[in-house]
Amino acid sequence: MAELPQPSAQTGTTGHTRWVKISHWIVTLSFLTLAFSGFVILMAHPRLYWGEVGNNLTPALFELPISRNHQHGGWEESVPFFQDAASPVSANRTYQIFNENGWGRSLHFLAAWFLVVPGAVYLLAGIFTGHFRRHLVPGAGELTPRLIGQDLKSHLRLRIRAATGGPHYGLLQKCAYCGVVFLALPLAVVSGLAMSPTIAAAYPFLSGIFGGFQSARTVHFFASVVLVLFLLVHIMMIIKSGFKRQMRAMTFGKIT
Amino acid sequence: MKTNPLITRRKALITGLAPVGGLLLSSCSKKLPPTYGNILRIGDTLTYAAHRALLPGQSLAREYSHKDITSFPAIGTTNPGDPNKRPKPSETYRRLQSGSFADWRLSIEGLVTRPGSYSLPDLKRFPSRTQITRHTCEEGWSAIGEWTGVPLSRVLDAAGILPTARFISFHSYDDWADSIDLLDALHPQTLIAYGMNGRDLPVPHGAPVRLRVETQLGYKSMKYLQRILVRDEFDDGGEKGNIQNGWSWYAGI
Repeated sequence: MAELPQPSAQTGTTGHTRWVKISHWIVTLSFLTLAFSGFVILMAHPRLYWGEVGNNLTPALFELPISRNHQHGGWEESVPFFQDAASPVSANRTYQIFNENGWGRSLHFLAAWFLVVPGAVYLLAGIFTGHFRRHLVPGAGELTPRLIGQDLKSHLRLRIRAATGGPHYGLLQKCAYCGVVFLALPLAVVSGLAMSPTIAAAYPFLSGIFGGFQSARTVHFFASVVLVLFLLVHIMMIIKSGFKRQMRAMTFGKIT
Repeated sequence: MKTNPLITRRKALITGLAPVGGLLLSSCSKKLPPTYGNILRIGDTLTYAAHRALLPGQSLAREYSHKDITSFPAIGTTNPGDPNKRPKPSETYRRLQSGSFADWRLSIEGLVTRPGSYSLPDLKRFPSRTQITRHTCEEGWSAIGEWTGVPLSRVLDAAGILPTARFISFHSYDDWADSIDLLDALHPQTLIAYGMNGRDLPVPHGAPVRLRVETQLGYKSMKYLQRILVRDEFDDGGEKGNIQNGWSWYAGI
């Protein structure tokens, strides 16, 4: 058990421990880089699919209106591979697409190391110091419809508790942090790994749990959308609850 | 799945895997591809080293059934001999293509005891392998196709790969140069493919033969193969290679 600081007499918070602060900022920088480079990668082919296969010659689940110049040109007439009418086809692309994936993907994976390694350390530390149990996971008595309803109502009216600069957290706050730490980020990492040809060959179940390479890619996209939305709400709540105090508490400031 | 048993790869594997093991010994200098002082390449090298250190050796990529075959875009060069090709068309390729590749030869040079060149019928005389695999393009799309060819390991075996070999370099008619390490080169699914979906490999997909590296992204499966070079040191391909064009050399990601 790591030693936790004594709670502040005025606010009752224990503040953030140093390892929480350090991992918070490493993961933040890593995530911002991943979101940026991920967007750049998506721009080369902003079509998403379900299943194992998807390309310009097959129907998409949906297409994002970013970088439409990936299809600014045409395709040569398609040639069927087989005799039957439903035969898959081959077609030649007649133009060079906008593609910054070389550096985009290298940056993405460089940043991913800073998510995966400190993230794994954070998860282990969170379990073994009791940080998750004490601060992040809602207690059995907390998850009642009444309390959830209350917290939801006060959030919808934008009545946000003033910052204490650390735990204990509110109920929805705990749920949001748990969702990010235990669901969205791990899902983004696992769906990302499932897309790797080498890792998918070694561990085919990774791609299997998503139902194929393109499904993993689509899940990866939605996990990142959820994380960006979380980030926006997170920043909004920090501003609403007292930006200066929250930033001090997560950086070098002492809790008061 | 039509798969001929791979029998005499053992020797190639043993002579091949010994130097691959050397890749992971930190005491050996210059065993990993250089990073060129580029911070992005540090991540690439870290990924490569982690894959080689942590993943089980030569796992097979998933193979599919015939009904899973899908439409398949042809991108990048779709005909090296096309007069409109930039920067310039390959006159040699155009001549070979007009002769239905009868004069085409794949040369194997470098650290082999029997350097030489193979015609298309020569390659087809090797025991073949047919596999239906997923092509994963770095752009984000994927497609499933059936590939028929000779495992690269068999050709290397026939050419007598030397124990000092560590990388296999490839050159193409559309002016690319690339390389893979021996673990991928001797992978049972790494083919010199001359057939696609039951027919001769079409020109847009790399006729007469292309490489298939199923454990890496599509761009490592070089089309329009011209020359294979067995080397004892890493070759980035210079201005025709991945790195100088901004792409990661290792694309197993």
